Order: sequence, then C-alpha cells, then structure tokens
Amino acid sequence: MEMLVTALICLPFLWAILPAVIHNSKCRAFFVYLGCGIVIVLSVFTAVQWYLAGGQTLDFDLPYREAFDGVILFGDLFLMCLITYLSFKYKKGVISLLAIVQTLLVAGLEFFGPELEELPALRFDWLTLVMILIIGVVGSLIGIYAVGYMHGYHIHHHKELTDRRSFFLAMIFVFFGAMFGLVFSQSLIWMYFFWEITSVTSFLLIGYTRSDEAINNSFKALWMNLLGGCGIAAAIAVGILAFNTVNLYDIINLAIEHGTGAHTLIFLLPIACLAFAALTKSAQFPFSGWLLGAMVAPTPSSALLHSATMVKAGVYLLIRISAAMADNYVGNMVALIGGFTFLAASCLAISVSDGKKVLAYSTISNLGLIVACTGCGYEETIWAAVFLVIFHAVSKSMLFQCVGAIENTTGSRDVEDMQGLMAIFPKLAVILMIGIAGMFLAPFGMLISKWAALKAFIDTSSVYVSSLMVLFICFGSATTMFYWTKWLSKILGASPKEKSRDLTKKNEYISMFFHAFMMVALILGFPWLSENVLKPLSEDMFGTVKQVISYQNIIIMIVLLVGVFVIPCINYLMTKGTKAKQVITYMGGANVGDNFNFVSATGDPKEMHIANFYMEDIMGEKKLFTPAIMISTFIIIVYMIIVVGGAF
Amino acid sequence: MTIQTRVIFAICYLILCPFIIGLLDGFDRKISARMQGRRGPSVLQPFFDLKKLFEKEFLTANKSQLFMIRSYLCFIVLSGILFFAGFDLLLVVFSLSTAAMFLILASTSTHSPYSAQGTHRELVQIMSCEPMELLVAVGFYLAAETFNISEIIAGTASPYIMYLPGFFVGFVFILTIKFRKSPFDIATSHHAHQEVIKGVTSEMVGKEYAMVTLAEWYENGILLGIVGLFFLTNNILSVIGAVAAILVVWFLEILIDNTSARVKWQLMLKLAWGVTIVAAGMNLFLLEIIKG
Repeated sequence: MEMLVTALICLPFLWAILPAVIHNSKCRAFFVYLGCGIVIVLSVFTAVQWYLAGGQTLDFDLPYREAFDGVILFGDLFLMCLITYLSFKYKKGVISLLAIVQTLLVAGLEFFGPELEELPALRFDWLTLVMILIIGVVGSLIGIYAVGYMHGYHIHHHKELTDRRSFFLAMIFVFFGAMFGLVFSQSLIWMYFFWEITSVTSFLLIGYTRSDEAINNSFKALWMNLLGGCGIAAAIAVGILAFNTVNLYDIINLAIEHGTGAHTLIFLLPIACLAFAALTKSAQFPFSGWLLGAMVAPTPSSALLHSATMVKAGVYLLIRISAAMADNYVGNMVALIGGFTFLAASCLAISVSDGKKVLAYSTISNLGLIVACTGCGYEETIWAAVFLVIFHAVSKSMLFQCVGAIENTTGSRDVEDMQGLMAIFPKLAVILMIGIAGMFLAPFGMLISKWAALKAFIDTSSVYVSSLMVLFICFGSATTMFYWTKWLSKILGASPKEKSRDLTKKNEYISMFFHAFMMVALILGFPWLSENVLKPLSEDMFGTVKQVISYQNIIIMIVLLVGVFVIPCINYLMTKGTKAKQVITYMGGANVGDNFNFVSATGDPKEMHIANFYMEDIMGEKKLFTPAIMISTFIIIVYMIIVVGGAF
Repeated sequence: MTIQTRVIFAICYLILCPFIIGLLDGFDRKISARMQGRRGPSVLQPFFDLKKLFEKEFLTANKSQLFMIRSYLCFIVLSGILFFAGFDLLLVVFSLSTAAMFLILASTSTHSPYSAQGTHRELVQIMSCEPMELLVAVGFYLAAETFNISEIIAGTASPYIMYLPGFFVGFVFILTIKFRKSPFDIATSHHAHQEVIKGVTSEMVGKEYAMVTLAEWYENGILLGIVGLFFLTNNILSVIGAVAAILVVWFLEILIDNTSARVKWQLMLKLAWGVTIVAAGMNLFLLEIIKG
C-alpha cells in the first residue's frame, strides 16, 4: 500500500516533466493520454485494493521520510521565492508579504520550535478513498479533454495568443500530485505544502493567457488563497506552541475531547484557523471573487478548479474537521457562511447570462450547501456533504466541458445564444441536459442530499442557526430552480437554424460521455454507495451508524428516478404517431409565415428574439454582490473575534 | 398504515380528485358570477369544457409539446399518489416542482412570444411559492418529528394548526398564486384580451389544454389536501373539521380573486417572500425555541 500511495503522489509530479519538455503536439498528446490513463488506473487500483483489504484506516509514512521532509521544507521556500518574484515582476509586491510571513513562520517553527514527536505523515481512510477516486477519475478525464480543447483553443479561436500548451498540461499534472498529497496528509506541515502548491498552480493556470484581465484575476486568486494558507500556518503555530503536535487528527481529537468545559476556546483555535483556510479555498463569500475571476482561464482549468480539485480541497478539510465543529462557535460560523453563500450565489446566478459565469455561481452556491452541512457536524449532514461532493464533482465537470465544447463550436457561451441547441447540436445538448438535471431535479443526487441536509438542519441544537439555515435552504432551493430551468428551457426551445457541423473533438466526447455514464451510474448506485462507503465513513468519524434515509424513501426515490426517465420516454413514444395539424404560433397576427419572424413597424420582416428573465434590478451583481461580501465578512470577523479573544 | 389502505387512498385520489375539484371549479364560477351580478354557467360547466377540449381537432405549433404535457400530468398524479398514500411530505414537494418543470419546457418549446412571457412569469411564480411549500414540510417535521404523512396524522391528538398558525397563513397566501387567482394571475389570465393572452398556456389547444386543466385539478387536490393536513388528527371526526377548513380557504380565495386587481411580478415576489419570512419564519423560530 505504501508503494502505491507513493506512486500516486509522486508520479504526477514527475510525469509533469514530460509534457513540459516535449513540444511536438502529437507526441505530447500521447504522453498526456498515457499519464492520465495511468493516474486513473492507479487511483482506482489503489482504492479497490484498499477496499478489498477490509477498509481499515491506515497510518503510514512514505519510504525515506527524512528526504521527503527536506523536500517539503525546500519546496515551501521555493514557492515563497517564486511568489515573491512574480508579484514584484507584475508590480503587486504586497502580495508577496503574505507568502513570506507564513512560510517563514512554518519554517522557523520547524527549525527553532520545540522538538516534536515523530508521527506517521499519511493516513488512508474512507474519506481519502472517496477523494482519490474523484481526483483520479474526474481529474484525469479533464486532462484528456484538455488536450483536444487546447488544440481547438489555439488553432481555431485564439490565434493571437502565445501557445503555452506544454506549460498548461504540465501544470495539470502538478495539480493532481498536489491534490493526492493533500488528501493523504495527516501532518499539517505536509498538508500546508500541498495546499500551497494548489494555490500557486491555480494562480499560474488562471494567468495562462497573460492578458491584463487574466493577470489581475490570477493575483486575486493568489492573495485570497495565500490568506487561507496563513490560516493553516497559524494552525500549525498554535499546534506546535500550545499542544506540541502538528498532527491533524490529534488536533481534531483534542478539540472534540475538550469541546465542553471551561477553557475550551484554546482547543477550538486551530480548528477555527483551519476552517478559515478552507472557506477561502472553497470560494465562500467573502472570498468568492477568485473563483469568478478564474473564468478567464481556458475551460479545462476552470473545470479542474471548480469541480474535481481545487475547491474540493477546501470542503475536504471541512469534512475532516467537522466532528470538531458540532454545536460550537466555529461550526456556527461555517454553517452560517455556507448557508448564506448558498442563497446569495444562487440569487446572483439568476442575473448573469454568460454560461460559464452561471456555472461559477452555481459552484459557489453548491459548495455553500456542502460547507453548511459540514458546519453542522452531524452524521446526516456529513452523509449529505459527501454525497454532494461526489455528485457535484461529476456533474459540474461535465457541464464545464460541455459549455467549453459549445463555445469552441458556436463561438459563444452565452445562454441566450443556446436557443434551440437541441435541434442544432443534439449530442452536446443531451450532455448539457443530463448535467443540469443532475444539479437540481428530483431525484438526482443533489435532491437526495438536500433532503438529508434539511432534516439535519432542523435538528440542529442552536435555535437561531437552525432557523436561519432552514430559511437559507428553502429560499436557495427556489432560486436555484429558477436559473437552471430557464437555461434548460433555452436548450429545448425551437430554433430557426438547421443542424450544423460539430467541431467537438473525439477525445472531448469520450470524456463527456464517460461523465454522463458515471452520473447515471451514481444515481442508480446510490443505495449501494450509502451502504458500503458512507456508512463506514460515518462510523469512522462518529463511532456510530445511523440510517440517514429510510428504505421507504429510497424506494420512492427509485420510483421518481424511473419516472423521470421512463414517463417522458413512454409519452414520447405514445404521442409520436398522433396526427396533428401544424399551425404557427400566435403573434397577434404579425407572423411572417413562420414562428421566427414578425412584421415590424416599418412593414419589413424582422427576426424575433425571445430572451430569458434576468431580474437585474432585483438580483443583479451590482445590487447584491457588495452587500453579500459585507455581511459575510461581518459574520467571519465576529466569530473569529469570539474564538481568538476567548482563547487568550 | 397498511399497503391496502395506501392503495385504496391512492385509487380514491386518482378517481375522485378530478370530480371534486372540477365541481369546486364549477361552484367557483357560479359564485364569482353572482358576485359580479351575473347568472353564471351551470356548475357542471368545467366538465363540459373538458369534454369539448378533448374532442377538438389537434392543432399544434410544435408536436413535441404534447409528450411534455403528458409527462407533466403524469408527474402531478404521481406526486398526488405519494401524498394521499401517506408518504414523505418533503418528497411530494420536490416531485411537484419537478412536474412544474415539464410545463415550463412544454410552453417554451414553441418559440411563441406570449407563451415565452407566460413561462417566465410562471417561473417567477414558482420561485415565489417554493420556499413556503418547503417550509410547510419543515413545519410539520418540527411539530411531528417526521416527514411521513401517515405518521404525521397518526401522531397527534390536537390539530397542527395550533403549532403552525404562521405556516398556515403563509401557505394560504401562496395558494392564491398557486390557484392562478387575481391579484397573482400573472402567468395566465382568465381574460384573453389582456397583455398576457393566456400566458403559459397560449399555445396549448384542444387536448393539450385539456390535459393541463386536468393536471391543475389534480395539483389543486394536493394543495387543498395540505390545507386539510393542518386540521387532521388521529381522531376520525377531525375529517369534518378539515373539510370545513378547506371550504373556508377555498371561499376566501374566490373572494380575494373577485376583489383585487393584478399586480406586477416584482410586487408578487416581494409580497410572497415577505409573508413567507414574516409568518412562517417567525413561527419556525418560536417553534424551535419551544421544542428546544
């Protein structure tokens, strides 16, 4: 097992060299496919191996632990120098201060701090299993998609940009390695290192095009994520100075054991720091700006950042520490921020028409729901949170790829331009529909989780948190439905255009169809998943097993599921042969012979454009974004003051 | 609740619901007419209308509309069965909103300006109502500690309205929107000369329109059922009280319909959400405090 895990972490880092040095396009593509293939196989193999071995929690070290410790220390310093150099190069020197302070803090404590007991650096348990499968499978599929996409991006659409594909593909592999390392680490110092790598690679990926906008947005992402890194560094400092440990699980257990009692807040302090770091990484308000800015990057990197990896690092950490957040100040802070983000981001999603931006807001909103679940820290909410993580990773990655493919084919990713996509590009439209349905329709994964989450929030002990969370979820569900349904209706609408040529590459389709297949498999397999993966996971975390969802409801879900697929199909087949007299739509008598043109005031035919509602005066970014940032900042500051102030 | 009783309830809903709601609709027209100083049609008029619609020649702007409308009807009926057979209340709400999506898709598939406008207004209506519908399920969960409808009824000796007055007020408020009554008949209109024409159903004729009408009857059955749920207890005689309450609410809706003029959708959204937060939110907060 040690060897497999070592390979899983180190191989992507080493493999990244290959696309970086090979510049022949075909040859490089081959090695990227091969690398992604190996990562998929390796992650699935490791997971299966561990599952068959009985699913016992393993604590272990990589071989040559001392060497790795050295590499990590050196790596931290190297990243600090890189950030400093780049921020001075682009005249944003202030940002380097964040990097210098935290790196020197961690390195200094390692050198001059008290001697620590040597504990295993890595751990393999059920949550790790779920995460490596997501990173390995969804992440690698994005890698495969990226090859074809980046080809089209440079050859057909953005001839003016410098071709830095080698760099781009190499960064994707670095990302995989860092994510694998992150989910295995139990030493905070290791976790901190991998955390910083994901921050820096995302910064480099967002700035890929080197346009002014890209550079600005990439620095925005950098400073927000570095601020989160400061949170981890602070947690390390508190851990070393107050408890003489940097082991994540020791810190969590201390917080759980001393959760009730007189001097509790000192034990909560590292948890609060970690939670703060995770909130920045998972782009919750007030740190949502970086994820929205990340839209300037080419689609594969947005998909990578949004679905499988980067943002999942944040919620992964939150799920880890959630047992220590049950019914205390930190948990309340996380739950409120999450619930608020769920509602605010879904309102904002109504007012935008850029497809990728809708996806970005919906990502933030869904992460908000997951974060809220972890903040509660009950078995049901963790059950819901892990389910949401899985479903969200698959459907969001698929949606991003699909919107990217649509943009490469039609030249626009605006929702308004997708009128009648079903008639023009049926394959892309079907994938888009499966993805959208997965995000909000009964009985897909999101709804199962929402059901469990709502139930758990009502049971939360703190009265005002519970009431607020219930309201957030109820209103957020309504707004979520609004923006997805209007998108769906756009795709299925009528179109004046004929079926046209699809420029989407084969490998893009392979990746997207595989995602669609996984989506359906996940829905069908959810009772199995709940029984065999989530149950042991919650047993590990809470020591008890609870039947979250009753068998009766599972049966209803399956009936609904069959309904969603079967009822429309049967009805379609039954009504196919119905005789109908084709008529044109009602336009007050102003039709010009078809449904798409009308007689204008000058008497000439004019094309009719039907637009969706965007409610800019109620839900617009201008109106809501700044207040949302202010409210969420206020919540964080108040709770941090309570925890930090109470600790000393 | 045994399987047999569940099946019987489901079948009763399936058969009786259209008759009862159709009849109520007939009385609705009659009472409305009297309020406006007209004689009004026979109380059986809704059934004659439905029969006529089914017999009409099938005209359509987009044939794929028909299967979506049928799916809409099927899903509403499925939700109703889940409700009256006593399953999970929250899942009934989820299933209803899935059904509504098919209506939206059916109406936008035609590329008609009037139905597109109606559709978006319909979406706003759904968005206005959904929080309250979910909150009703939450309220019953708080009071009865289960979402399961049969357990909700079996588990109490006093009607839930005592714990959930705020939820009841909020729910009755959004019923006006759900029933497409003035001042919130925003997505469709009873009067064809107005700017929305027939809104979301503009392009539906003949049997398509008949099916939408039927689906609405089935949906109204569920909604009035939820009203009844506030008054039901484990005592069988409470059914009388529930029916009386349903009739009172129904009459109130007619009264509101005939005494108010249509508002803009912005106002509807604000009003519906405002009432939801104030009435249901306060009730929720107090109930949480009481339950500790």
